[in-house]
Amino acid sequence: MGTAVEKDNMFSDSDEVLIGLEIHVQLTKLKTKLFCGCATDYRGKEPNTYVCPICLGLPGTLPVVNKKAIDFAIMVGLALECEIPSKTFFYRKNYYYPDMPKNYQISQYNKAGGVPIGLGGHVTIEINKQKKTINLTRIQLEEDPGRLTYLGSITSSDYTLVDYNRAGITLLEIVTEPDLRSPREARLFLQKLRSIIEHLGVADGSLEGSMRCDANISIRGGNRVEVKNISSFKAVQKALQFELIRQRRQKADGVKTVMETRHWDDEKGITISLRTKEEEHDYRYFPEPDLVPIEITPDWIEKIRNQMPELPDARRERFIRDYQIPPYDAGVLTSSKALADFFENCIKLYNHPKIISNWIMSDLLRHLNDLNIEINESTVTPEQFVNMLKYIDTGTISRRSAKKVLWDMIREGKPPEQIIQEDGHQRIGDENVIRQFVDEIFKEYPQAVQDAIKDDKAINFLSGQVMRKTRGTADPKITYQLIKEKIDLLRKKAN
Amino acid sequence: MASFYELTAYELHSMLQNGDITAEELIYSLFDRIQKTETKIKAYITLLKENAINQARLLDKKLRNSNFFGILAGIPIAIKDNICTKNIRTTCSSKMLDNYVPPYNATVIERILAEGGIIIGKTNMDEFAMGTTTESSYYQITHNPWSLEHVPGGSSGGSAAAVAADETILALGSDTGGSIRCPASFCNITGIKVSYGSISRYGLISYACSLEQIGPLTKDVRDCALLLNVLVGRDPYDSTTLNRPKIDFLATLDEDIKGLRIGIPKEFMGTGTAEAVSKAVWNAVHLLESFGVTYDEISIPLIDYAVPCYYIIAMSEASSNLARYDGIRYGYRVEKDEGEWNEIFAEDRLAFGPEVRRRIMLGTYALSAGYYDMYYLKALKVRTLLRNQFEAQFKSYDIILGPTMPTTPFKIGEMISDPLAMYRTDIDTVAANVTGLPAISIPCGFSDGLPIGLQLIGNSLQEELLLRVAYKFQQETDYHKKKPPIGG
Amino acid sequence: MHITKDQVEHIAWLARIKLTEEEKENYTKLFNDILDYFRKIDEVDTSNIDYTFHGVDIKNVFRDDTIRPSLPKEDIFKNVPKRKDNFVKAPRMV
Repeated sequence: MGTAVEKDNMFSDSDEVLIGLEIHVQLTKLKTKLFCGCATDYRGKEPNTYVCPICLGLPGTLPVVNKKAIDFAIMVGLALECEIPSKTFFYRKNYYYPDMPKNYQISQYNKAGGVPIGLGGHVTIEINKQKKTINLTRIQLEEDPGRLTYLGSITSSDYTLVDYNRAGITLLEIVTEPDLRSPREARLFLQKLRSIIEHLGVADGSLEGSMRCDANISIRGGNRVEVKNISSFKAVQKALQFELIRQRRQKADGVKTVMETRHWDDEKGITISLRTKEEEHDYRYFPEPDLVPIEITPDWIEKIRNQMPELPDARRERFIRDYQIPPYDAGVLTSSKALADFFENCIKLYNHPKIISNWIMSDLLRHLNDLNIEINESTVTPEQFVNMLKYIDTGTISRRSAKKVLWDMIREGKPPEQIIQEDGHQRIGDENVIRQFVDEIFKEYPQAVQDAIKDDKAINFLSGQVMRKTRGTADPKITYQLIKEKIDLLRKKAN
Repeated sequence: MASFYELTAYELHSMLQNGDITAEELIYSLFDRIQKTETKIKAYITLLKENAINQARLLDKKLRNSNFFGILAGIPIAIKDNICTKNIRTTCSSKMLDNYVPPYNATVIERILAEGGIIIGKTNMDEFAMGTTTESSYYQITHNPWSLEHVPGGSSGGSAAAVAADETILALGSDTGGSIRCPASFCNITGIKVSYGSISRYGLISYACSLEQIGPLTKDVRDCALLLNVLVGRDPYDSTTLNRPKIDFLATLDEDIKGLRIGIPKEFMGTGTAEAVSKAVWNAVHLLESFGVTYDEISIPLIDYAVPCYYIIAMSEASSNLARYDGIRYGYRVEKDEGEWNEIFAEDRLAFGPEVRRRIMLGTYALSAGYYDMYYLKALKVRTLLRNQFEAQFKSYDIILGPTMPTTPFKIGEMISDPLAMYRTDIDTVAANVTGLPAISIPCGFSDGLPIGLQLIGNSLQEELLLRVAYKFQQETDYHKKKPPIGG
Repeated sequence: MHITKDQVEHIAWLARIKLTEEEKENYTKLFNDILDYFRKIDEVDTSNIDYTFHGVDIKNVFRDDTIRPSLPKEDIFKNVPKRKDNFVKAPRMV
């Protein structure tokens, strides 16, 4: 599995990579499904709990469109700079699968008279300090199928278990042009996309399975391989990395890459060729006769535009402007809504944006990355974070101690007060206590004492040793003062 | 003195209101009748005697103790077995749904129950509404009360036969290509297909979405209007229903029809039309003329293409609507546990009869890559043209008239082995489905004891006009009052 | 000849309909007759004509994003032929 971390440019640069993504985003902020009134918060619930005759596709049932889904889709289209058509339609995509209750999916289509809810569009990402535009083909609405589980693996199971809780949930499909040039770019794109989606308030990307991705990847001139079953954005870079290396190796060995669909196995970290029966993908698209066309007026679009929340790019500019933090930092802070919100919530409690920003950038994020969790998966709240900073200000803990306190806060999930008390990070402000440490150091380092008598600069060394001995908790000012007093005394005696 | 079961809903309504009869008495009267005739007719798949008696008793109590008097209070009604009734088996006359029990009511059922109607049974039909004779039912052949060797028409043959044989007071059917009007014509009763979007399809087990409507099958036009008052209206559960202003269809029934203009397309009176049928239709036209109605012979050339146009659209939609029957969530499932998805799927679908399987296949073909433009899209354009031609005629005419069916009822077994010949008999009825226009069929004569039906087609949302003309016709004739011999 | 026996078999597969050998033979003839009849619509000049996709001419029919009760489990499962715990049991996939 070590292959996943190998660098992108392992082989020759002339092997240009073409990656296109097809992303499915659940609009999790909708309370009900796309075509019926069933609730959508199915995660963690018993199977087949949020199911009704309509989403179960019982004979005689009919779909009715959730207006808010259209509002949300238009909003996403605007944020992604798509062209919103004046008329859009739902189509049937006919195929048979046990997770599709009607054995057709109500979706949208961009041919045979069909018009999806957003055409074109683009997303700007920053890579290697340069801006890059990733073009989109279209965005469209469709219903999510149910979930299949197996006893064991898909190939060994005797039967399939179906849960229809998810059937009928609103999906927004976003399709990119093959403009991405590396697995890393793909990850950055997805990160940006997620940030935009979350800033719009239409979906919560941290929910399991709420953002899924299929990828198409090829080496220029070679055959395109579709990779399916990538169920989290995190896995996308890994999957693409694996597939890229696999294709490059094939090319180097003179083997032609087969044009096929491969399945990503997240556990094993490999893509597998699914040896399915030669299946004709004739979806026989035709307009959904049970639904009527949707006319999107300029008024409607304006209304949505006026209600649009602040987008990541605008927020980034505001951070730079209002908080005077560097562009790079602003970019990192707005790369996720949760992080940007955390940042601004901290500022509300403690109006020192630059300090907060520094602490987030240098310490908080590093720890989160080490633990491979996101800000909203950690227990650290803005209140706790800010309290920690305030303890530094009041001198209760030193800056150095604070770094350890933060690490403990994240790892153990405790508030700063508790950690400071338990681990003895409390800064020592008592002169008598510090004097004892100073005396000890003077005994341990006689040569340094002599150096200090000759030159004040060497006091720093002694000071440093006191800090070391007290694990950074001795008040530095008092420490320095005490040492200087003692040195001055010794200097006088010598002279 | 007529027995209770021979009366119309309109007549019974006032009798029930006056206390001349209780709902329970009416139910007993009806089930006595059913017991006598049903072995010959076989109109019902499921009879709900106990349920009906209970409902009737509850209703009688309610009627005594409150001001409630719904439009259908105490009136027995038979429901075609493709309309979902909660907790009551609904089969579409198919082995595929032999054991299916819907957990919800169709909207039309909710409306009927809210007005006090009593559901007495589910009636036989062509499997999944695909047919013109009710012969393709998995369960049984329904016999025409006018001649037991003849078909009752289809696909709502069971409902029509039940009304004609006084085995129910009212019935619901569905009409995709003539499935209400054809059996109305063959059984000498009244049936109407409303303008598309007027009655909710929620709970109607789908055959062809953009063509079908639920509608009444009744003893006369007045009962038809009564039932329409309950059924017509927008339904939030059906996106294709229109926001029609509320009308009382009974109120305008006896308004004058003088000065109305009738157009008679020659394409409806073509060479396939039996002489007796032609004669009966012209007699009807002359009678209407005597009431101050004028007529012209006109031409709507696209009528000759309406049948292929209809079948392409219907089969295409059907192939998709019936894809859901895989035996996983409901319906027929083979016993064995082993076997892979596609294999089991195909085996479960052996529960469909031959006509259903053929239509699914042809519909799949018409939608498939390479053929979609040639068949489906082309048909949709022909549909537009047909609509345009009818609309053009409605500028000069109020009603377009012709026979409902080109012949009197076929003999049982006569048409079933020649699907294409069967399809062609829909020549008079399908245009109304393809265009979404309202059309009614009323009795207008007999030939050798077999009924002939007159069809009136109106412009969109003009059911009132159709009912008015039909009502006047029934005031001046007594074809609709005649009772069938029922093989004896 | 609009459709060959092979095509009939292919369509049967696409529609997940199982046919006997006899049916494959019979249907080939029957389908050709029917398709012949369908192709009558080729005679109609439909240049510059729009499609009529729907039965009605209405637009923008929606519902609110308000939760409605779901079906109780007994109602879902009373028609389910094969069940395991709270799952619907389907055949294996490959």
